[in-house]
Amino acid sequence: MTGGIESALRARRENDGKCLVPYLTGGLGDNWLETVMAVADAGADAIEIGVPFSDPVMDGPTIQEANDRALASGTTPQRILDTLRDADIGVPIAVMTYANIVYRMGWDRFMNELSASGVSGCILPDIPLEETRDWTAAADEAGVETVMFAAPTSPDDRLPRIAERAGGFVYAVGLLGITGVRANLASSALEIAGRVKAITDKPVLVGVGVGTPAQAVEVSEVADGAIVGSAVVQRMLDGAGPEGVAELIAEFRAALDT
Amino acid sequence: MTMADPTHEGRFGDFGGMFVPETLVPACIELDKAFREAWADPSFRNELDYLLRTYAGRPSPITECANLSEELGCRILLKREDLNHTGSHKINNVLGQGLLAKRMGKTRLVAETGAGQHGVATATVAALFDMECVVYMGTVDIERQKLNVFRMKLLGSEVVAAESGSQTLKDAVNEAMRYWVSAVEDTHYCLGSVMGPHPYPWMVREFHRVIGDEAREQCRDLLDGVPDVVVACVGGGSNAAGIFAGFADTDAVLVGAEPAGGAAVGRAVPGIVHGSKSYLMQDEWGQVLEAESISAGLDYPGIGPEHAHLAATGRARYEPVTDAEVVDAFQLLSRTEGIIPALESAHAIAWIAKAKHEFQGKSVLINLSGRGDKDVNQMMDILG
Ligand SMILES: Cc1ncc(COP(=O)(O)O)c(C=O)c1O
Repeated sequence: MTGGIESALRARRENDGKCLVPYLTGGLGDNWLETVMAVADAGADAIEIGVPFSDPVMDGPTIQEANDRALASGTTPQRILDTLRDADIGVPIAVMTYANIVYRMGWDRFMNELSASGVSGCILPDIPLEETRDWTAAADEAGVETVMFAAPTSPDDRLPRIAERAGGFVYAVGLLGITGVRANLASSALEIAGRVKAITDKPVLVGVGVGTPAQAVEVSEVADGAIVGSAVVQRMLDGAGPEGVAELIAEFRAALDT
Repeated sequence: MTMADPTHEGRFGDFGGMFVPETLVPACIELDKAFREAWADPSFRNELDYLLRTYAGRPSPITECANLSEELGCRILLKREDLNHTGSHKINNVLGQGLLAKRMGKTRLVAETGAGQHGVATATVAALFDMECVVYMGTVDIERQKLNVFRMKLLGSEVVAAESGSQTLKDAVNEAMRYWVSAVEDTHYCLGSVMGPHPYPWMVREFHRVIGDEAREQCRDLLDGVPDVVVACVGGGSNAAGIFAGFADTDAVLVGAEPAGGAAVGRAVPGIVHGSKSYLMQDEWGQVLEAESISAGLDYPGIGPEHAHLAATGRARYEPVTDAEVVDAFQLLSRTEGIIPALESAHAIAWIAKAKHEFQGKSVLINLSGRGDKDVNQMMDILG
């Protein structure tokens, strides 16, 4: 069965479009849900909601600061899920967090909570193929799409296994490094996108190091689209509010559509 | 029981594993393979043995403590890792990983450090092997361990402040892992304890088992057998794992002394951070809590996964000691034996000073993991 995220991304692709998946930190500011809604209206195909973790090893300074601020204001995973449960966002949602947040609540309970909150997918950057068993068993049972990562260092023989296990889309890591905006798109972004596209029909999106509309367009020449995290979160940190963040998303949408 | 090979999955019972971003998985798999090959290769073993003897100063002696034994009413033996080059057990592991990194063609070492002892050992080995070296250290620890910061710089290493979170060892690990994600192709992450993703907990224990293997031999002569108790301080747990490895298959009681403010086993809540599943100090939502200890080297909210397994199976026990007890023990060993211990190692002394009634007349082997020179400034402030 194809889940909500994969269906939305395939639909975009079938209309010759490129996919845009912004990342926003859950619990960052009182109006974060309004920002999510505005981002959906501005042309996101799906949205990643970060559930803050104290020790996010894949994240650079921008998302670290967003995590710290959200945690300092008392955000909990449950509160974020409860907020999502009551919202009608209009595009499918994936929750991105780290293994311990899920493990602490319990694999089954967390996946059931996602499902009950209307969340379609789950992204856990510190769960590689070797450690998926407990998570994917619970996610499959609850009908949650399990996004998997492919990295520039992943050897060729790993990629088909990663793609096969992936639900929603394959998250191709654009560079050797952590999240954050870079001046230029790394050549590794196009390379990994091409290598993954060659072995799967599932949507392939590049994230990490895609921070401008031009970079999103460049990477989408090979990939099915882009994930934009730090650039969006930086706007939130700067206090841009729902409209300010939506403006940025609209710029990405417009660039990808032309 | 023995402390076994955790297989390529890196499992110690329910604990361990390889919980790292995909970017690092190939590097961990390659390291597992490279270590297995090297560890089975006599030429690697000979080269490491040679360095341990002629560079680090092994074997380290066991010192019988007549005065302290009389004061406590048990027979106290110290395994003198404080006499190693660079002043602690850390050099055993770093020489091993340094040789392995060279064999794998890596040109740079990155490390985290708490007290600075692992950072100094890594900077030392990088100098010896002509490799670049980057050490991450929490801002708080840079302040309380100034001497070691200077030593690392003198040895040619770059010291980078980890300014996130609690600004101690946990955050230095985060930053070192982030650095490794960016530089994995030419850089080896020289992890300083029996933690992290597979193969580190196992590999680091194997590089330290020389402590336990030597001590087993030495006790055969000294005690005509094995000690009744073997005790070591536990941060991540490398010096404890090394000495336990020599006695896990005996009747010796194995004890890990944890700082009361960083007692991961004491709270016994499993969690996943820094690459493995183990016991972890955390809140009800899984946010990692900040440890609080007088000793920078034990100021860590987790513990190596094999220790979690030894605790869960009952083979080893883990006991908390308070900062105040550590300050007393630091002075006790200095005064009675003329040996100034590292604050970390003083946790092991503090435990037996407290538990002596349970072990009257018994033989107690203490792993004296490091010397106290680095802590003298801090103790001057505390003792006034
Ligand atoms: C002297 C000494 N002992 C112990 C430790 C703690 O490490 P572990 O628990 O890995 O032995 C340190 C760490 O810095 C140390 O310097």
